[in-house]
Amino acid sequence: MTLLSFDELLATTIEKNLSISEIAQQEEALFLELSVGDVRSKTQENLIAMREAIQNGLKSTEKSVTNWCGDDAVKMTQRYKKQKALLGTLFEKITTYAIATAEENLRMGRIVACPTAGSCGIVPSVLIAVSEERNISEDKQIDALLTAGLIGLIISYKVRLAGAVAGCQAECGVAAAMAAAGLTQMLDGTPQEILQATALALKNILGLTCDPVCGLVEVPCIKRNAFLAVHAVTASELALSGIESKIPLDEVVDTLKITGQLMSPLLKETSQGGLAKTKTAIELEKSLSKLKG
Amino acid sequence: MEQQSLFSVISPIMVGPSSSHTAGAVRLGLMARNIYNAPFLKVKFILYNSFATTGFGHGTDKGLLAGLLGYSVDDSRIKNIFDIIKNEIDYSFEYVEDISRFPNSVDIIIDGKRKISGDSIGAGEIRINSIDKFPININGNYDTLLMFYKDKPGMISRVSDIIQKYEINIATLHCGRNSKGGIASMCIELDMPAKDEIVEKVKALKDVFFVTNVRKLK
Ligand code: SF4
Repeated sequence: MTLLSFDELLATTIEKNLSISEIAQQEEALFLELSVGDVRSKTQENLIAMREAIQNGLKSTEKSVTNWCGDDAVKMTQRYKKQKALLGTLFEKITTYAIATAEENLRMGRIVACPTAGSCGIVPSVLIAVSEERNISEDKQIDALLTAGLIGLIISYKVRLAGAVAGCQAECGVAAAMAAAGLTQMLDGTPQEILQATALALKNILGLTCDPVCGLVEVPCIKRNAFLAVHAVTASELALSGIESKIPLDEVVDTLKITGQLMSPLLKETSQGGLAKTKTAIELEKSLSKLKG
Repeated sequence: MEQQSLFSVISPIMVGPSSSHTAGAVRLGLMARNIYNAPFLKVKFILYNSFATTGFGHGTDKGLLAGLLGYSVDDSRIKNIFDIIKNEIDYSFEYVEDISRFPNSVDIIIDGKRKISGDSIGAGEIRINSIDKFPININGNYDTLLMFYKDKPGMISRVSDIIQKYEINIATLHCGRNSKGGIASMCIELDMPAKDEIVEKVKALKDVFFVTNVRKLK
């Protein structure tokens, strides 16, 4: 059975008395013709690759080929050593991990697309930072990633997760929704709370454009990962307090899709509008073509 | 809506920075490798449109070459591929704008004798859509028996008879041709790879010019 909507997912959790991660692993095992254990090891492989990307990213200051970015994670680590972040260690870790992963992506390091390469820092930074700070078991981290995955999958049935189709709301926005869901699962939220966290995260990034400078997954993408990782935590905290989105999740996803359709093509990965057409972006474009030779 | 795997959302594990421009490029290279399926010394890549304009910053060139040499999408050596292979292979790139082509599109010309064209269609997914100007349709998700033959009735049933004897399930079948009675192509996606015997038997059929077993991508 394919779960095509969040209403169906919620009904299934109630009917079968299963958590979202349990449903995710069962469905996946059926679909891939694997055992549940194999699905969990596959999930763990991704988790391990996410941790490695963070660790590699934290160490490196290697710049991207454009020479625009690459040392921000190290800058943050150094600053936090001298001066704690206002919001504490967890915030430090989440933001640094998000940037570290996104920078690793940019320097052609090994990352896990989640859901895309441009948004690869959001889910790992939230789930891994929180599990380190709260001593969350490996099993619960796998559950969280499975939940995040199923949430992203159901969204992807309605909207293709690509900036070219629906803007950055469908990449970093959906990543934040997945992270919010995974985090809520990890903190023992109910299925209702997980779906509320997803809805709250998505609702608050509607309309986010995709306007990468020179068409590269670099500006504004890298820093955006840190912003939307924190966004995911906000959504989860609200949901865990029992706050509900007035607009149900399925309708929010429909809105995301329609908003994507309403968005000008100039703002959907074509780099013909937005930040990509600023004076500075145009200058950067010129300097880049010199670099290309 | 066709069901998908959760690992289409989490994954692939890949080297960055772009699933379409980097991972997709590697997979196009890998697919060309599987199709050509022989050693080679020279390759020319013609990159079109967005592959041409943003390929530099996304490592599209490196990805294509690395894939053709058999590197997988998550191989950290891809970024140094030019240094690694030095002069072992004669490679070159050409950058072209052509609106009749897909935004992320490439021609891979191997040893000057085979031209494999494909698109990167997003999220690392690809399709190979022609070989030496003959239309085909291979996406790398299945083992595919690819063949060219003189267009005439009856070929589909003769080939599927052979496959049936080995109890291999046909997932999809796609035919194309350049003109009626001209040269036709057939791509048969299979649930498991075609044995060498199948390839030999199909090759032995009258009016078949070319048969190869294209392995799926991991
Ligand atoms: S701005 Fe565009 S390219 Fe950058 S992460 Fe968002 S969707 Fe991807």
